[in-house]
Amino acid sequence: MNATTSTRPPAGGFRDLTGRVWQMNRRALPTMAALVLFVGMLGYGELAYGRILQYNTMSNLLINNAHLILIAVGLTFVILMGGIDLSVGAVIAFASVAGVMLVNAGWNPWLAAVMMVAMGAGFGAIAGALIHHFDVQPFIATLATMFLARGLASMLSTVPERLPADSALRLVNHSFKLIDGPKVNDLVITPGVIVAGLVVVVSVFVLHRTRFGRTVYAIGGSEQSAQMMGLPVGQTKVLAYVISGSLAGIAAVVYTSRLGAAQNITGIGWELDAIAATVIGGALLTGGAGFVLGSVVGALVIGLMTVLITRDGGIPPEATTIITGGILLVFVLLQRGIIGRNRQ
Amino acid sequence: MNNRARSWVSGVVRRQYFWGIVGILVLLMLNTIKKPDYLAITMNPATGNLAGNLIDILRAAAPILMIAIGMALVIATGGIDLSVGSLMVVAGAVSMEFLKAAGDASSVGAMLGALGLALALSGILGAVNGVLVSVVGLQPFVTTLVMMLAGRGVAKVITSGQNTSASNDPFRWIANGYLFGLPAVFLIAIAIVVLVSLVVRRSALGLMIEAIGINPQASRMAGVKPRGLIISVYTIGGVLAGIAGVFAVSSAMTVDVSRTGYQIELDAILAVVIGGTALIGGKFSLGGATVGAMLIATLDKTVVFLGVSSSATPAFKAAVIIVICLLQSKRVRTFISRRRARGTPPPRPVEPLPVRKEEVPA
Repeated sequence: MNATTSTRPPAGGFRDLTGRVWQMNRRALPTMAALVLFVGMLGYGELAYGRILQYNTMSNLLINNAHLILIAVGLTFVILMGGIDLSVGAVIAFASVAGVMLVNAGWNPWLAAVMMVAMGAGFGAIAGALIHHFDVQPFIATLATMFLARGLASMLSTVPERLPADSALRLVNHSFKLIDGPKVNDLVITPGVIVAGLVVVVSVFVLHRTRFGRTVYAIGGSEQSAQMMGLPVGQTKVLAYVISGSLAGIAAVVYTSRLGAAQNITGIGWELDAIAATVIGGALLTGGAGFVLGSVVGALVIGLMTVLITRDGGIPPEATTIITGGILLVFVLLQRGIIGRNRQ
Repeated sequence: MNNRARSWVSGVVRRQYFWGIVGILVLLMLNTIKKPDYLAITMNPATGNLAGNLIDILRAAAPILMIAIGMALVIATGGIDLSVGSLMVVAGAVSMEFLKAAGDASSVGAMLGALGLALALSGILGAVNGVLVSVVGLQPFVTTLVMMLAGRGVAKVITSGQNTSASNDPFRWIANGYLFGLPAVFLIAIAIVVLVSLVVRRSALGLMIEAIGINPQASRMAGVKPRGLIISVYTIGGVLAGIAGVFAVSSAMTVDVSRTGYQIELDAILAVVIGGTALIGGKFSLGGATVGAMLIATLDKTVVFLGVSSSATPAFKAAVIIVICLLQSKRVRTFISRRRARGTPPPRPVEPLPVRKEEVPA
């Protein structure tokens, strides 16, 4: 924030306008880079392997990554504040195992789904309270809730818990054909994708058009300044972690209905995918800059990467985490480069 | 006399790892209640080797001890190393693959080769962490989080996703052998702890590490060069994690790429905070980390002994870590010190110093 104000050209007419456009663009530069990367990957995939730019591949990309988009959006709130949430994968594991067990115990599936979201919110609230009220570092607090959630999920069950075949919760993954293409090449959409889309729209609105959203950005810019300006820092921090946890709960509902089963080892390493998606999308890990839509693009980049690796066949699937880690590292380094230049 | 004894007692009680020792004793007592001869140690008359639950705990503590010591140093610089478990599995994977390729089951040379390769690789990965943190300036937890996930991927690529087994008697001896009737692995671990403590405490190294953790800017102005120090601390952490990996795989001579060292970073962090090292960095206590590691080994064995699913232990550990974080937080400390100071007129404490308060009545 400091850097942008100090390099702004003097006010006045056209130069001010171009300056502002440049400022906007520069802040959106990483997000643009992610978009270019995504389009480039699409083009490369289409040329190298074929059958990428078509209805069913695109539909599957959205359907298979709806949960990733959800947790990436949740992490965006937290990362924008300069925090982190390492617990999302484990929270999904706990919420989905507990939710499926509730359904199997005869609960109304929709009530169970609400409970899943509430469980996610609960873990978020624990992390938020630890961070705000007790000054625990965010990654330690969420590391603790991560192990707590994973351990509790393992206490509930260590085998796959199956959702009944006629459970109403499976409706979340019901496919609606939008465009009936030749053979299986249809454009389909599931309620899960629609939920993810709605969450994205609401999050964009909340972050850019509400007081809460502006406070999130302000805390990321400088928590002390935000405090001195009289913004409700504590309340906002706790709420952001609750949002992240709740979105992990929603992701658990979407993912469970797609898979039809839940297990305590679900979601290992998803926190890295989500952090990578957020960072690729242009969010600074130190907070203060980033966009929800960027994180969505980032999540799609990660999803598309998995598709390309599967299509390629030459890359061992074990190497996926190395590649994800590598991409994350490259983007973090890029950000450091850009910030370093801005400061000079 | 009485006074001196009392101050000695209160001095011991005030050491944070005193509560770690109390924890170990409580856990052992629980086990003894369940099975009265739990603490019994038997001696094999032919070999003079000791056996028993306590000996098992010592053996299980060795890998945790290694990573706890490394983590204590890293945390003291104000950093964190989430990648220790993955460095463990990388070291385990590379040593198993090397021994499998070497084939000779009795060769000491193959064992030394495997050991050297494993420690070199984990040391290099640790150094990469250090360079990214100190030279590039990335946040420690981001760097080591990437390494944590990528490292396990590296291990899977090394073994092509399989759990590799090998046979080599000298290598097997590391975890299963005996020296003076005690498990060799524990004695090796203690020797390494003593060595690291001597290096850190007999030179200015420990002081400089603490200086970086307490105030990086002030230490730089005082002439401490953080770059080399941080790189070497992360490298030491990596090598120690590699040793832990060797300990872990040599007991069954097989590496489980998805389970070896999995979630052990929490054990290490827990051991360090139980030992009284604050997570914000600064002063560290290797003795405390040792006590913490022993407590965790005891806790692991106790949970299995009491018949709780071992996959549920992370929940207990997370609960313990949350409680300790709460106790370390300013808000709770202020609350406690206020309650202690009740009765004596409080001169409106600006900085809460709960420990000092206790001395006033004595």
